[in-house]
Amino acid sequence: MNSTEKMNTIDLVNKNLAKRYRAEKRFKAYGIASIGFGLLCLVFLFTDIIGKGYTAFVQSYIQLEVNLDADTLDISDPSDPNQIAGANYMGVVKKALRERFPDVSGRRDKRKLYRLVSNGSGFDLRKMLEADPSILNTKQTIWLIADDDIDTYIKSASKDGKVFTGRVDEQAQGWVKSLIDNDEVETRFNTVFFTNGDSREPEQAGIRGAIMGSLFTMFVTLILSFPIGVAAAVYLEEYAPKNKWTDLIEVNINNLAAVPSIIFGLLGVAIFIGMFGMQRSLPLVGGMVLTLMTLPTIIISSRAAIKAVPPSIREAALGIGASKMQMILHHVLPLAMPGMLTGAIIGLAQALGETAPLLMIGMVAFIVDIPGGVADPATVLPVQIFLWSDSPERAFVERTSAAIMVLLGFLIIMNALAVWLRKRLERRW
Amino acid sequence: MEATASVDNAAQAEESKLKTMKEEVIAQPSVDDVQGTVGTPFVENAKMSMRDVNVYYAEKQAIFNVGLDIGKNEVVAMIGPSGCGKSTFLRCLNRMNDTIDICKVEGSLTLEGQDIYDPKLDVVPLRARVGMVFQKPNPFPKSIYDNVAYGPRIHGLTSRKAELDEIVETSLRKASLWDEVKDRLQAPGTGLSGGQQQRLCIARTIAVSPEVILMDEPCSALDPIATAKIEELIAELSENFTIAIVTHSMQQAARVSNRTAYFHLGKLIEVNDTEKVFTNPEHELTEAYITGRFG
Ligand SMILES: Nc1ncnc2c1ncn2[C@@H]1O[C@H](COP(=O)(O)OP(=O)(O)OP(=O)(O)O)[C@@H](O)[C@H]1O
Ligand SMILES: [Mg+2]
Repeated sequence: MNSTEKMNTIDLVNKNLAKRYRAEKRFKAYGIASIGFGLLCLVFLFTDIIGKGYTAFVQSYIQLEVNLDADTLDISDPSDPNQIAGANYMGVVKKALRERFPDVSGRRDKRKLYRLVSNGSGFDLRKMLEADPSILNTKQTIWLIADDDIDTYIKSASKDGKVFTGRVDEQAQGWVKSLIDNDEVETRFNTVFFTNGDSREPEQAGIRGAIMGSLFTMFVTLILSFPIGVAAAVYLEEYAPKNKWTDLIEVNINNLAAVPSIIFGLLGVAIFIGMFGMQRSLPLVGGMVLTLMTLPTIIISSRAAIKAVPPSIREAALGIGASKMQMILHHVLPLAMPGMLTGAIIGLAQALGETAPLLMIGMVAFIVDIPGGVADPATVLPVQIFLWSDSPERAFVERTSAAIMVLLGFLIIMNALAVWLRKRLERRW
Repeated sequence: MEATASVDNAAQAEESKLKTMKEEVIAQPSVDDVQGTVGTPFVENAKMSMRDVNVYYAEKQAIFNVGLDIGKNEVVAMIGPSGCGKSTFLRCLNRMNDTIDICKVEGSLTLEGQDIYDPKLDVVPLRARVGMVFQKPNPFPKSIYDNVAYGPRIHGLTSRKAELDEIVETSLRKASLWDEVKDRLQAPGTGLSGGQQQRLCIARTIAVSPEVILMDEPCSALDPIATAKIEELIAELSENFTIAIVTHSMQQAARVSNRTAYFHLGKLIEVNDTEKVFTNPEHELTEAYITGRFG
């Protein structure tokens, strides 16, 4: 090559250089625009949900002077637990309301008055009395949960902007105003939301049942899918001969990962409920269905993690006389563990948000009791969200958003856990 | 346009140059005529003896009719151009080739008269008797102590902590690594320098007291000082162990080995005392290689 030709090459390169840099800038801009778009959607989602739902974390309480006299309560023998349990608690609450607003007369107005406090106030009184029987026949100043309509009205009235009255008419508004003026209304942190199960009354509805249901379901899913997935991945990577059959299995595992989750729900109904006669709505069944769904994810990520273990480590182990199982247990699995755990957590996070297959197996039932184990009927967080989003009450709208926040919180915790575990367990070689 | 054309021209020139170089190589004594091995492939008190070994990777044959003995407490060096099958042959000796699905080994390979390819033979004890050190240092991502203790542990050589400590210490001493690491036995083995890692791998191998140690280019990733240390070590180890070492460095082969085997395109061309191979090679292919005419 002579020097003039060399010059030409350099000139050509320089001529193209500006174009190349421009293309590179454009390329980068596309990436930034995509990320911006994603972030924008996320910000929109969060502001919408938080804006709608943050009010669900507080609840209005109304102060009443309640006279717990045995006559009104219908208790003749305070030592009889049946009587304590079946006492007419709403009676004393109603009486207290009538005493607080003595002007109210007429059946309809009185009924409206009774609706200031929650229908479930009776339960709260009963719990108080059971905890401390000495308050029988005394006057107590008690904070009772406000009814959901009243609660919504109070919350919207304490904010600037348009007051949402809903089903609260002028008369009831007057009562609330008088209560507020006398400092007989308080908004407190909504513990009920985290300690109660589902309820028809929004002010009594909580997500405890759904959280427990989700935890039990996730527990079953983890216990089943992680060992099965890892065992399958180890076999496929380390032992399976490479032939048409293993190719077929591989293709089908990948297919399985793409099957719509509702199909797994149908499969669960047919096998676990139809064939094995298991009960509907159980976290056990839900967990097994979600296992079917999560397995492909875990197998695929575990195989990738096992593949990523450097062959030099395997050779080192075999070369010193480790058997294949020792090589796998002592070296391959520990090194692949971070990857496998990350895959499992991502699979579980997916399963946590899964709704469709659980609807199929009846985890959509209305369940008030908080499940105590994998064999108690339960619902799960996403299904609870689905159920509440269908309810017309304004108070359920905010609870829906609050439940979504809780679900997102769990997802964020799980993903953070995945990152932390990977950092923690990752080893250099 | 002009510039592209000139590049093309250059490429063509390069290609034709390569071609002539290849032709020169082919014009060298041809391996196709080689019948058998010249020199002294067989010895009296053989630790391992291989006869008529053929190795195939699927359809492709990588080793042709190789016969070789490795004597007791002898160091045999294997040299030859890249791709001639040195690693393949070495890996046959402790059946590391079993891990490659398509690899098929034929012929008779014995360790003290025992057929190591006997289907009934268990490879685990075989690999405890015939240990291997690899080209790239590959310590486990565990502590230095655990690296060395791993072999004795899995083979159940001892159940007492004190005995294990002693094995670890003597192995590290024999690998002349003890003084450098005795204060940090619990530090990760992967945190050592390349040369230290390789000596750690040697310590790990000798911790199970194998009878034969196979080394596949153990110094190719190391600097001259680390290399010198390992060569010294090989000389010491040969007092107790039988060693087969693959190397690309003819000086190294000359320094550490008793006999040298020259491989060429899957055939064992010549085996002779090391001194003879490097001063007065019997076969013209060997001579061409050691004088640097190809390789
Ligand atoms: N796993 C394998 N699959 C298929 N062919 C292989 C495999 N390993 C080695 N070979 C082939 O076998 C022949 C011998 O390879 P080998 O690795 O034994 O050479 P070598 O002498 O060790 O070379 P080098 O000095 O470069 O390490 C080569 O042609 C190589 O392509
Ligand atoms: Mg090699």
